[in-house]
Amino acid sequence: MQDFSFKKPDSLDAAVAALEAQEDGIYLAGGQTILPVMKFGLAEPTGVVDLSGIADLVKIEVTDKVVSIGAMTTHAAVAASVDIRRALPGLADLAGLIGDPQVRNRGTLGGSIANNDPSADYPAAVLALNATVVTNRREITADDFFVDMFETALEDGEIITRVDFPITDCAAYAKFANPASRYAVAGVFVAKRNAKTDGGVRVAVTGAGPVVFRVPDMEAALDGDFSPDAIKNISVPADGLNNDIHASAEYRSHLIGVMAERAIKTAKETNNKGGGAQ
Amino acid sequence: MPKITLTVNNEPVTRDVEARTLLSELIREELKLTGTHIGCDTSQCGACTVQVNGQPVKSCSMLAVQANGADVLTIEGHGDGETLTPLQNALHEHHGLQCGFCTPGMVLTADALLRDNPDPSEEDIRHELEGNICRCTGYQNIVEAVLAAAKTMRG
Ligand SMILES: Cc1cc2nc3c(=O)[nH]c(=O)nc-3n(C[C@H](O)[C@H](O)[C@H](O)COP(=O)(O)OP(=O)(O)OC[C@H]3O[C@@H](n4cnc5c(N)ncnc54)[C@H](O)[C@@H]3O)c2cc1C
Ligand code: FES
Ligand code: FES
Repeated sequence: MQDFSFKKPDSLDAAVAALEAQEDGIYLAGGQTILPVMKFGLAEPTGVVDLSGIADLVKIEVTDKVVSIGAMTTHAAVAASVDIRRALPGLADLAGLIGDPQVRNRGTLGGSIANNDPSADYPAAVLALNATVVTNRREITADDFFVDMFETALEDGEIITRVDFPITDCAAYAKFANPASRYAVAGVFVAKRNAKTDGGVRVAVTGAGPVVFRVPDMEAALDGDFSPDAIKNISVPADGLNNDIHASAEYRSHLIGVMAERAIKTAKETNNKGGGAQ
Repeated sequence: MPKITLTVNNEPVTRDVEARTLLSELIREELKLTGTHIGCDTSQCGACTVQVNGQPVKSCSMLAVQANGADVLTIEGHGDGETLTPLQNALHEHHGLQCGFCTPGMVLTADALLRDNPDPSEEDIRHELEGNICRCTGYQNIVEAVLAAAKTMRG
């Protein structure tokens, strides 16, 4: 790894200024993606701006409507949060399934969605729950945030400060994990939302395509009947899905259906147990 | 060069380091604490696991500057070096190691696990040890050792 200058500012404005002062600067969250990338020489920044000195970026706030999570909050903190588990158990479960404990102790929500790896877990929750990504400049809806593989709506120097997840009566995530890395070969987040007031059920798929995507046919069927049976005959065509050493596109297409059914089943169970909010 | 101050195994450490220095490099090459092993150097194997503020992390995937101000525990700081800790003893009793390369990382991950969850199920242990790869034992005896250590420590 080539050497770089290191700055750890204590405010958003100072972080932006520190980045702008660099010819080729990057922000550092937990380093769980960017450090391996730099060790391989795939990124050679002249300056690294560590966001961990900015106090407001680590926080979890839960009201009766929204779970708000600061960008620098680790996956471990989300998985362990009693408040999040009560309000959106599917989100706490998802965080606890990311990678391994060491990765969860360093990796962050903001880093995960800024990186937008096609196999990352959080993008599925952000999209299915219709979350809002808040930055130092604006608010970005989930539908606009994830643009393409490793590409988001973030502009140069823009910093994610938090993500607001609206609370919904039942939501759950199911993933078929790569047995080595635990990244999603296919992962499906299903969120039941009121069809009249909240735009209805949302189904988001990660790991299977170049970027997280919704499945409108499943969403429409689930609005009528929120049960695994409702989507039995709906499939996502293999065309355009990822085809790699881990799984063929056909296999991923099949996995989407299986993971969606599991997520629906879990969502209904948590709701019946009263584990979900309301 | 950035100056960093941290605690390693309860000893204060102050060093000028290049920003690119990994925590694993500081520990092994500067401090000569070579019980922290480098298996893959690509964040996959967990052999380099140390505890930072009580939490297991992969020291090959953290910069030394990110540990500025932190409390770091390496395998040399686990126990007193004279008598085996319940965890070390259980690994010995249950034949939880063969070559021993993964063991320092396993011990530090399992130690943190037992602090958070003194009565883990077999499933809890397997889930929490997912980031530590062992190429020798097939994990069975490691899991049994952690279960046994938990029992001993609960008294
Ligand atoms: C062994 C291993 C297994 C893993 N398994 C999984 C898995 O199963 N599922 C999964 O989803 N992920 C997995 N990950 C990735 C992990 O979730 C990381 O959290 C994620 O890659 C981001 O890392 P980070 O938060 O440390 O961000 P960094 O690596 O520090 O940063 C990543 C990128 O985001 C940018 N960035 C960071 N924070 C912000 C911000 N607030 N605003 C704007 N830009 C920002 C950085 O500039 C950088 O480009 C795994 C990683 C490893 C090493
Ligand atoms: S050497 Fe750090 S994870 Fe393998
Ligand atoms: S004992 Fe050899 S790698 Fe685990």
